[in-house]
Amino acid sequence: MDVLKQFTPLVEVYSIDEAFLQFEGFEHYDLEEYARQIRKRVRKWTGMPVSIGLGPSKALAKVANRVAKKFADRTGGIYVIDSEEKRIKALKWLAIGDVWGIGHRHNKRLVLRQVRTAFDFTQLSDAWVRKEMSVVGLRLKHDLLGKSSIPLEMIAAPKKAIATTRSFESLIDDYQELRERVSTFANLCAEKLRQQNSRCYALVVFARSNPFMPDLPQYRNSTMISLPFATNSSLTLSKTALHGLDLIYKSGISYKKAGVIVTGIVPEDAYQMTLFTYENPKHQALMQCIDYLHKRFGPHKIKIANQDLNRTYKMKQAHLSPRYTTDVRDVIRVR
Amino acid sequence: MWLAGEGVSAGFPSPADDFKETRISLDKVAVKNEAATFYARVAGQSMIGAGLDDGDLLVIDRSLEPQDGKIAVCLIDGDFTVKRLKVEKDCVWLIAENKRYKPIQVTEENELMIWGIVTHVLKAL
Repeated sequence: MDVLKQFTPLVEVYSIDEAFLQFEGFEHYDLEEYARQIRKRVRKWTGMPVSIGLGPSKALAKVANRVAKKFADRTGGIYVIDSEEKRIKALKWLAIGDVWGIGHRHNKRLVLRQVRTAFDFTQLSDAWVRKEMSVVGLRLKHDLLGKSSIPLEMIAAPKKAIATTRSFESLIDDYQELRERVSTFANLCAEKLRQQNSRCYALVVFARSNPFMPDLPQYRNSTMISLPFATNSSLTLSKTALHGLDLIYKSGISYKKAGVIVTGIVPEDAYQMTLFTYENPKHQALMQCIDYLHKRFGPHKIKIANQDLNRTYKMKQAHLSPRYTTDVRDVIRVR
Repeated sequence: MWLAGEGVSAGFPSPADDFKETRISLDKVAVKNEAATFYARVAGQSMIGAGLDDGDLLVIDRSLEPQDGKIAVCLIDGDFTVKRLKVEKDCVWLIAENKRYKPIQVTEENELMIWGIVTHVLKAL
């Protein structure tokens, strides 16, 4: 991503291995040639191969990228949609199910309407698309027609739901142990909330048995608890999560997976105190202190009373490959 | 490490604040191009004459162009090796800096990839 940012300042990192780059004011450039330079530099500096698709809008760039990848031997990993002819040809080739921005539900409805390709989709009326797929679908349609309607997002939007869930290495039969894990999950959710300066209004707890061991009794359940005030306190969320676990826990079951999910997320400064119930204001000071200590001394050093002090759970990671670029103990050896 | 700091009493803004230096960071010294920098450990003593000993940590820059005389980490026929490059008109030699190792001649039949150029070596004493 750092290498990509050298070619234009307008970069949206879309996922762990994809990014949108916007080129404004590059009209004098031969962008296809520029793309080849980008591909070459990324390959040389990081060792990673990339495919590049160029188009007048984000959706068309995505389409071009698919073409570049699918026909890599012919395109050399780069494809530009820079003419009506190429745009229509690409859209007629792309199946509706493969269009970026169209998920399962929309796909089913579109197929029923005889829409088979991205091109068919662009032929639907604005009114229908607006009604059935909302303004998001309409922007996608215009994007595919060549009129850029989806803006570049340079700042990651804060998460609307935060989950901390784990599958356990071995089954948990002991209620106290399950309580301890759930408390830890709630604590981690609280930390993530504080990290993005948010609070939450609702919390979901779930737990279930192992569906791949059908000989054992199967059980899964979850519950959602609304909070009277928006919070990001580890203490409040842990207490709430444990209360939820009490509600759904069934004895005699060996649990394989559990989790805590917080939703109803609001920015920190937008929260209102209700008239009769509010959180102990000392929580905020305590949370700040805990976060500061974690930053200085490392994570997981401070735990609330219902967490296990001795053990910090690590992922099993039995098949983890060596950390060639992030752990100096794992770097390659050269003779 | 701090550079020539002064004891600071809590609460009183030190007149030295305007001139406070940042900490020395080895990254700034050894890593010129972060996006293209990788690390490797030396195994064996094939390059002991150049100061590279078993266990040393190498800083490798993939953005530098391979040149005659540079020490490079190479991938030859599937194996990583660190050697000094000797670029001739129609072939490349990988030269060790240890009398016990013979130079390796790289021709069209070999698969050679110059993985990156070694810029610094860190030795623990």
